[in-house]
Amino acid sequence: MPSFLVNVTIENKPEIVDPEGNTILNDLVLKDKRTPVKKIRSAKMLKFQIEAKNKESAEKTVVDLCNEFRIYNPLVSKVSVETLSI
Amino acid sequence: MHHVLTDVFKLQSQLVWHADDLPKNVDAIVLPGGFSYGDRLRAGVIAAHSPIIAQVKKMAEKGMPILGVCNGFQILTEAGLLPGALLKNTSLSYICRWTEIIVKNNKTPFTNKFKLNQRIPIAIANGEGRYYADKETLHMLKKNNQIVFTYGEDVNGATMKIASICNKEGNVVGMMPHPERSAEQILNPKDAKPASMIFESLIKTLGVTA
Repeated sequence: MPSFLVNVTIENKPEIVDPEGNTILNDLVLKDKRTPVKKIRSAKMLKFQIEAKNKESAEKTVVDLCNEFRIYNPLVSKVSVETLSI
Repeated sequence: MHHVLTDVFKLQSQLVWHADDLPKNVDAIVLPGGFSYGDRLRAGVIAAHSPIIAQVKKMAEKGMPILGVCNGFQILTEAGLLPGALLKNTSLSYICRWTEIIVKNNKTPFTNKFKLNQRIPIAIANGEGRYYADKETLHMLKKNNQIVFTYGEDVNGATMKIASICNKEGNVVGMMPHPERSAEQILNPKDAKPASMIFESLIKTLGVTA
């Protein structure tokens, strides 16, 4: 059975204040006055190593369990998923 | 919490392990504060999947008074018994200090001895205590009188300075501040009487007599 790495990135929805991202931007990156960076949002990434018959199946399994176990809180967070063959 | 319930208010309180069943003849449930599973993933989310939470949900549906304090509040929101979410404080700091909260709903089993807008000197101690609700949830909270306490100041960036909410029926209450750390005069630098009225309200609800 092939193995996959499913990376789930969890971040607060855009309307929710992100003090960590703001601090990194305002108190670190923007100290370089020439920086082109305009915004930073912090996020948490969980990396699931999984065996599945194909990429789609691997991704579906992980997304389903994220929903079942409330790995992210749908009220405040959004997720993005990236699946890689390993 | 167990000490305050048993030694201060003389209630028969029993500690229950999360994997065990609720005892029979329970009149009320208190989910105390702490750091279940070390706040891993999100405060309260893993404990919300504990076996006993299914029984807590059943008791909530039956109208039993249920109080969640701090991590207990976080567990109640993650379990879907209360709306909204508790996010990291805006300062990203663990905040441990005294503040005041204001009574906004005196109809719950834990607030029925208060006057509206009464102020309560109380301890707060949390890292993920910033209550958040989206517009729709906030509208519902206001419409159904579900905001129980607000802070007298902006302590952590909470939506509308909300410190405590209840479910629509009013029997399930979650609060971030710690009444059990504030209800004994030896611990409270101001006045322990108001915080003790949270427990006295429960006693009144249960019809307990000394």
